[in-house]
Amino acid sequence: MLIRGREDLPSREITPRGVYLRRREFLERAALAATTLALGTAPTTPATAVARYDSDETPTDEKDATRYNNFYEFGTDKQDPARHAGKMKTRPWSVRIEGEVGKPKTLGLDDLLAPHTMEDRIYRLRCVEAWSMVIPWRGFQLSDLLKRFDPTSRARYVAFQTLHDSEQMPGQRRPVLDWPYVEGLRIDEAMHPLTLLATGMYGRDLPNQNGAPLRLVVPWKYGFKSIKSIVAIRLLEKQPPTSWNLSAPGEYGFYANVNPAVDHPRWSQKRERRIGEFRKRETLAFNGYADQVAELYRGMDLRKFF
Amino acid sequence: MASEAPAAYPRRWGRLPIITAASTTVPLACLSIAFLRDELGANPIEEITHVTGDWTLRFLLASLAITPARRAFELPALAPLRRTFGLAAFGYATLHALTYVGLDQGFDWELLTEDVREHRFVTAGFGAWCCLLLLALTSTRRAMRRLGPRWRQLHRLSYVAGVLGVVHYIWLVKADLLPPLVHAAVLTALLAARFQGRRRAGC
Repeated sequence: MLIRGREDLPSREITPRGVYLRRREFLERAALAATTLALGTAPTTPATAVARYDSDETPTDEKDATRYNNFYEFGTDKQDPARHAGKMKTRPWSVRIEGEVGKPKTLGLDDLLAPHTMEDRIYRLRCVEAWSMVIPWRGFQLSDLLKRFDPTSRARYVAFQTLHDSEQMPGQRRPVLDWPYVEGLRIDEAMHPLTLLATGMYGRDLPNQNGAPLRLVVPWKYGFKSIKSIVAIRLLEKQPPTSWNLSAPGEYGFYANVNPAVDHPRWSQKRERRIGEFRKRETLAFNGYADQVAELYRGMDLRKFF
Repeated sequence: MASEAPAAYPRRWGRLPIITAASTTVPLACLSIAFLRDELGANPIEEITHVTGDWTLRFLLASLAITPARRAFELPALAPLRRTFGLAAFGYATLHALTYVGLDQGFDWELLTEDVREHRFVTAGFGAWCCLLLLALTSTRRAMRRLGPRWRQLHRLSYVAGVLGVVHYIWLVKADLLPPLVHAAVLTALLAARFQGRRRAGC
């Protein structure tokens, strides 16, 4: 089943949402049943890619995930994005893919999304402010997009940029950050199968306040790395500047991997409050994705490259 | 100063302190209602912390504004409000501290001492609360009489509490310094007015 982020045909009109959210479970069971029939025995581990990446934790209440977040382009209060993001026009929308690629291009959103099959992935999200959520995203791997544009051998980093338009984003009228918001990843981080470009969450299209129509999701890094409302993706030879690092270089590094062993200079990162829970819980190294990503940083001093 | 004697109040001002004291509980009432109706948003503990912190600073600045206002408008009847607002600030600061100690940190003393020692915004906040505690404990007429001239000196701690409170706020924000700087500007203006007033009053 191909699900494309087309305005005229939202997936929720085809499949009831409850069923849609559980379709992966159905597929898994179907696959398991088929394998069992074919092999005559039940395999001990259903070795699907899904099991490797999905969190089995209960997703955060959708109301909380869509009304409590940071998106400084709409104000610095965590309720501001939900209040003010309605002004943003997400159609028409185009994204520039440029820099160290064989085929640089500016694409309309539909053309950008057309070749990709959307999948749902439940990821933990850890904010640098020591709160966290569990969010069912809908999207596709960034690696699949980058491959379409033939990165050159010099492409060692990927830079992203958010829309810059203070008419639509009233928070940009004040220089709280150096607008537009920019973020970046090392190419191996960008190509990692956990790294998503998301167009939806909770089985619906992304609400504006959560970064519609296209955002990054890098679950092992602090939330501010997962840049929202992307208008440009640039492949580069050199490490690109990133907004929070420019704002406070001693507090926010380029890597920003979730790391309970390295405190923010002003507050502890050892524990976090999962939204919806009362007691704080321990923060996990790489936000619990160490098995998948720790090898990317082997030999690096994570105190220095925080 | 003679103007601080309660006997000098015009009759119509007589109820001002009690009405003011009652009104300082309004933010707490609103917060409690919002809590009971589950309207504090996704992170209620954070919201309670922020609201009680905000009102601590507001009441503290209000308390510091009383003496300059009393002099500027020649309204001696305002004098007792300094204590009313000061005690309100201590009350909200205590709620703020209890929210942090109990709800946020779960009374984990090991974590708490580490947090107060290692994170300067917590240290500043703790310092401000200690000042307010001393001020509240010595806010009675009896304490005033017993401490005599030292009472005045001791109660200059209210300015220290104000500075520590604003610094606590500045040190905790991520990027948007505007709200704490507005408080800092008000505090600076009040300090300036106070020192000018002192020079003129010759004390």
